[in-house]
Amino acid sequence: MTTQGRAVPQKAARPSFGKRYWPLLLLAAPLLWLGVLYLGSLLGLLGYSFYGVDDFTGQVVPQFTLSTFRQLVSTPSNIDVIARTTLMAAAVTLACAVIAFPLALYVARLTDPRKKALWVLLITLPLWASYLVRVYAWRLILAQEGVISWAAAKLHLTGVLDGLLSLPVIGGTSLANSYFGMFLVFVYVWLPYMILPIQAALERVPTSVTQASADLGARPAQTFWRITLPLALPGVAAGSIFTFSLTLGDYIIPGVVGAPGYFIGQMVYTQQGAAGNLPLAAAFSIVPIVIVGLYLAFVRRLGAFDAL
Amino acid sequence: MNAQPSTSLKLSAWLGAAFLHIPLLLIVLYAFTTEDRTYTFPPPGLTLKWFGVAFARTDMWEALWLSVRVALGATALALVLGGLAAAGMARSQFRGKSAVNLLLVLPIALPGIVTGLALLVSLRRAGLDAGTLTIIIGHATFCIVTVYNNVVARLRRLSPSQLEASADLGARPLQTFRYVLLPHLATALLAGGLLAFALSFDEVIVTTFTAGSQQTLPIWLYGELFKPRQRPVTNVVALLVMVVTLLPILLAQRLTQGTDAMNGAGKSS
Amino acid sequence: MASPPSAPDLQPQTGPPAVAPAVALDNLTCVFGKVRAVDGVTLNIAQGEFYSLLGPSGSGKTTCLRVIGGFEAASSGSVRLFGQDAARLAAYDRPVNTVFQDYALFPHMSVLDNVAYALTVRGVGKAERLKKAGAMLELVKLGELGSRRPAQLSGGQRQRVALARALVNAPKLLLLDEPLGALDLKLREAMQTELRAIQQTLGITFVYVTHDQGEAMSMSDRVAVFRAGKIEQEGSPRELYGHPRTAFVADFVGGANVLGAVLVGQSSGTYALRPEQISLTPDPGAPMRGRVTGLHYLGATTRVEVQVGGQTVHASVPSGDVLHLKINDQTALNWNPADLRRLEDA
Repeated sequence: MTTQGRAVPQKAARPSFGKRYWPLLLLAAPLLWLGVLYLGSLLGLLGYSFYGVDDFTGQVVPQFTLSTFRQLVSTPSNIDVIARTTLMAAAVTLACAVIAFPLALYVARLTDPRKKALWVLLITLPLWASYLVRVYAWRLILAQEGVISWAAAKLHLTGVLDGLLSLPVIGGTSLANSYFGMFLVFVYVWLPYMILPIQAALERVPTSVTQASADLGARPAQTFWRITLPLALPGVAAGSIFTFSLTLGDYIIPGVVGAPGYFIGQMVYTQQGAAGNLPLAAAFSIVPIVIVGLYLAFVRRLGAFDAL
Repeated sequence: MNAQPSTSLKLSAWLGAAFLHIPLLLIVLYAFTTEDRTYTFPPPGLTLKWFGVAFARTDMWEALWLSVRVALGATALALVLGGLAAAGMARSQFRGKSAVNLLLVLPIALPGIVTGLALLVSLRRAGLDAGTLTIIIGHATFCIVTVYNNVVARLRRLSPSQLEASADLGARPLQTFRYVLLPHLATALLAGGLLAFALSFDEVIVTTFTAGSQQTLPIWLYGELFKPRQRPVTNVVALLVMVVTLLPILLAQRLTQGTDAMNGAGKSS
Repeated sequence: MASPPSAPDLQPQTGPPAVAPAVALDNLTCVFGKVRAVDGVTLNIAQGEFYSLLGPSGSGKTTCLRVIGGFEAASSGSVRLFGQDAARLAAYDRPVNTVFQDYALFPHMSVLDNVAYALTVRGVGKAERLKKAGAMLELVKLGELGSRRPAQLSGGQRQRVALARALVNAPKLLLLDEPLGALDLKLREAMQTELRAIQQTLGITFVYVTHDQGEAMSMSDRVAVFRAGKIEQEGSPRELYGHPRTAFVADFVGGANVLGAVLVGQSSGTYALRPEQISLTPDPGAPMRGRVTGLHYLGATTRVEVQVGGQTVHASVPSGDVLHLKINDQTALNWNPADLRRLEDA
């Protein structure tokens, strides 16, 4: 049978520039890695949290049970750990927002692009200067014979410092052994994560909007509270996702500075290692994910995802 | 934003910058202190001798060498996987694209303990002994996104007519890749690779789960933090680690200057 | 093998013409999702012709060009280039080159390397390709600028580099996608003249996409007017201008008045009348009178808007003839009934 050279309607023989199957072909390897290896591992971890441990042998019993989660929520000390970590994360987030805002506002208002680039570098650089080293730096600062004690003595504020340390809960024998000291380290380490999204959100506020506010008779303070701050709120929310979830999952900082009370990250580490209770470690590692999930649902309403 | 920043705003910005940078300067200072038992400030005197002591530690060099090998391996894997992911995602539209996006950032969005523990469990299940390979696998997982972010941003700035023009002028797909696409992506790949290197070189948390008894430099340093006798050595190595992570970052910053913002998706713990 | 009984009768085959057309589209259709960007376009472009695809944005003209260039696949219908079925030919295998709307110059290569690119990828030796590329740069009067980067050139210079780059491999067919769109008016007019000259010198086929009817009219041998994915009318500039078949073409090409039968004293139909075919000289026997609602002085001519029976009629008259006219004046409108063109659509 021939078609005698007559034009027959035909399907697109060759999709132009790989609009169809190219992407999936390219994505095959990364998806295999992240989708199978990584996501599979996460699901495996989730599965472990539904296993139990034999009380006698200490061996993992690979059978579905809710006993590990029951143990997690029925032990008062575990609840303390979760509450302590969540409170710290909330306090750190709040402090970061307060400190970051003026800095972000200042950088956003710079008009000279070179100056602005320099400031952005100034904010980003500490982020990259080795997390562990930055934590270590605070051991130098918070030590009894360290920078803060020295500065307090020079400024005749030693009394204030001692007063702070004698406070219940946040105080301690020295700054390096107090929750307040730990709080300072957390704020320091995560601060850039708060500054950058706020600055990005502020950059997106057109100059004309604040000018219009002034033109309509608002004083600078009124413009700030009624225009600038509401428009920057998604940036604050985006930054808070970082500070909040990073604090929840950290286990290095509570180990290096601070009071002896455990944090979630430390529980995970200890349970899988020294205690050898992998199911409980897995269950504990689910906790920050759940809390962050709840938090995400909350900040989503503030438009945080548009500002990421 | 309008108007010139007010003085108080300027002051609080400078205070914030000082807060961010004074600890880094102290690391530099303490590497030279003559005091070897406490963290006395100001240092009673300055000396270079601790550098010699630190450099004489063979375990430090072993840890450094392991860190470099791991970072190189993780960077190579991240370049391939992140580059492929960027090419697949840049201009395509398909169902589930946002899910793939989420998957790419998940390793840095989730706390490091979760990633570390999850990998530990499944690597153990797969019968893989903890060692250099498992550390590289863990690091590559969270390095993919830094390469991806840099390359995808660059690809989005590539006008599709560039590739069409190349094909139109007779270039086969491989030639278009070599003459047009690769030169366009070169600095983005380099910047992404440098960031991945720094990210891997610096990582502690995932590493503690995947390293077994091996010690990368940060793990080694973490162990030293709890040994009061080794303080001077710790100080010197802290400075060293800081410099080695910062150099690639500054280089990456230069490479992407004026093109796109450095897409250093943050580090997580 | 016997044909199935239901097979449709095939048309008696006509022998191929002595010279195959440069481009032959047969019932070409391109569907993107739910949009029929090109909807059954059939056209033949002769070799050596300067052919324009004219239409407003979104009318399918650029998609047509991209199908010819090999950047877009047809959903149905056929594309033949110089008598050869091109459906399975990749862009890099077609004897066709393109001047892109955004020029698509490679920013990391010098101007000379840009122009030599088509030769580079074909493995032409360095000495020869630089010689050819240099000559091509001379043709577009940019011989001095070979070592510059595209970013260091002006818009007009980039346009010329894009042209030289597309011509270096001596294509038999050149596609131009609104190549002058980004240039200012004076430069655009100069380039129109130059493009036409280059096309005639080289004797190759140009397919030119534009939304500017003046541009299409001044350069083309033939023009296809696109509307909503279909060809509304095809013909020489003279035919399109003098004998528009539809209200759309009448309006889009030269901005004719589209007038109802009653208004122009006819029994039925719709008619096109060019503004310059209307005069406003006072005449008691004029077929139509109206009120002046707008006067736009354009130098030699003045464009007058006249309200007639609820419709605005445009007249383009010598400025000297209407010195006395003011807004709201009553005026007569005259024309030669032979200039009325009856349109085919309602």
